[in-house]
Amino acid sequence: MNKITLRIDGMPLQVDAGISVAAAVARVRPGPRRSCSGQRRAALCGMGVCFECRMRIDGVAQQRACLVVVRDGMEVATDA
Amino acid sequence: MPEHRHYDVLVVGAGPGGLAAAATAAAHGKRVGLVDMQPRPGGQVWRHDVGHGVPRAARRAIARAAAGVELLTGAQVVDAECGMLRIERGGDAFEASHDALILATGARELLLPFPGWTLPGVSGAGGLQALAKQGFPVAGKRVLVAGSGPLLLVAAITLRRHGAQLLGIVEQAPRAQVTRFARGLWRWPARATQALRLQTQLAGVPRFDGHCVVAAHGRDALEGVELEDADGHRRRIDCDLLGAGFGLLPNVELAALLGCALEPDGTHRRVCVDAWQRTSVDGVHAVGEACGIGGLHSARLEGAIAAHVACGQPQRARSLLGRRDRARRFAAALAQAFVLQPRVRRLADPDTLVCRCEDVPLAALDGFADARAAKLATRCGMGACQGRICGAALAELGRFPRGDGRPPLFPARLATLAAASGSREPLSGAPP
Repeated sequence: MNKITLRIDGMPLQVDAGISVAAAVARVRPGPRRSCSGQRRAALCGMGVCFECRMRIDGVAQQRACLVVVRDGMEVATDA
Repeated sequence: MPEHRHYDVLVVGAGPGGLAAAATAAAHGKRVGLVDMQPRPGGQVWRHDVGHGVPRAARRAIARAAAGVELLTGAQVVDAECGMLRIERGGDAFEASHDALILATGARELLLPFPGWTLPGVSGAGGLQALAKQGFPVAGKRVLVAGSGPLLLVAAITLRRHGAQLLGIVEQAPRAQVTRFARGLWRWPARATQALRLQTQLAGVPRFDGHCVVAAHGRDALEGVELEDADGHRRRIDCDLLGAGFGLLPNVELAALLGCALEPDGTHRRVCVDAWQRTSVDGVHAVGEACGIGGLHSARLEGAIAAHVACGQPQRARSLLGRRDRARRFAAALAQAFVLQPRVRRLADPDTLVCRCEDVPLAALDGFADARAAKLATRCGMGACQGRICGAALAELGRFPRGDGRPPLFPARLATLAAASGSREPLSGAPP
């Protein structure tokens, strides 16, 4: 399978092409988001409904990571 | 002014129902648009698996639709008015007008709160399956699949295929009830074969029928769960991932915004359609799970029926009605077999968070009789998911029905809303 490299919170990570950002992030951040009361959260519904996996992707905030396919050179910022 | 496109037939949702509708309409020579918010067509049941692709039927349906249809994936419908949808796609927005609209918006998982359900490592059952298909790392992980319904079995098979170590499948329905359903499967031979295949593929996986996961434990992530049998005996199982889902519920938000009549579907709502898949709004049709959970086969038939009718060829649909009704009868029997036990609605503690966007605990909602009052006082349902998760959960728990939505249907960019303000103020709807 083709590999691509993206950066998660500045750290380069090589993953299979075609996987979702949520899947890539899960390799290095088990709880990538902080809830409004500070709890760690991760993907819940896997289908773009719950917004638990939202993060900044290529400078655009509040993207649902489960709906976005990784791209070479992508910059992902979680708030873990 | 935003870009404008016109379609003879516009289909929302590229699952089996939407794909069938789009391909059928295209075969009638219509200009067809097919919109879906996922990056690839297939919907949930035919979601592309990065490691294993999709089943042959899905490949064929997708290829058939792709041949004659303008496929708009990664596209989110954010607002709708008579004859027009406002759609956001990859940082741009456009308006799509249509002569006929076919809603194939599918279903989402019913996720119910229990202590620990917000821990990383806990997801929906279908949710975990969807994540695994996206490449989420499950290989070597100790996984428990829990909740209710045949989706648990399908999810478990996907997880095992991706290398997960399946610790068990936890079904809340009593074993006797499931067995009774299985004995009646002879009436649907194709479904019986399918059920048998699922069982064979899951040979050796521990089954906990009549059990519930009553709590998930862990500090910053899941470490184990508490399992309870029908007699209230508990045991702890250590695990890395828990997929917990309690069945499906129709996505009716777009239909509601369009003014389509809805009807009760258990404690939730579904789009009201006639035998020809017509909603109460002229020119708007609905198919598949949005009209009540019916499964893959009824969705495909309904997609074709709706498209024939939308293209003014209802006689072509007539031969499909009987098969559709039969598929719907199977779905009704299935729903009966996996009906939720009362204890499933009592799993949350007073301090269990129900609204995961705004971190509102169940106890904070005591005394509120409707979603609006609860929202004004606690912010419950005001977060990014717009009450899709907590609203359904609270309805299922018997607290109050989900409040009516208003545009935008999903969080949208300011630029999208600004572009729309020329035609209509998108936030001018009556307060919920």
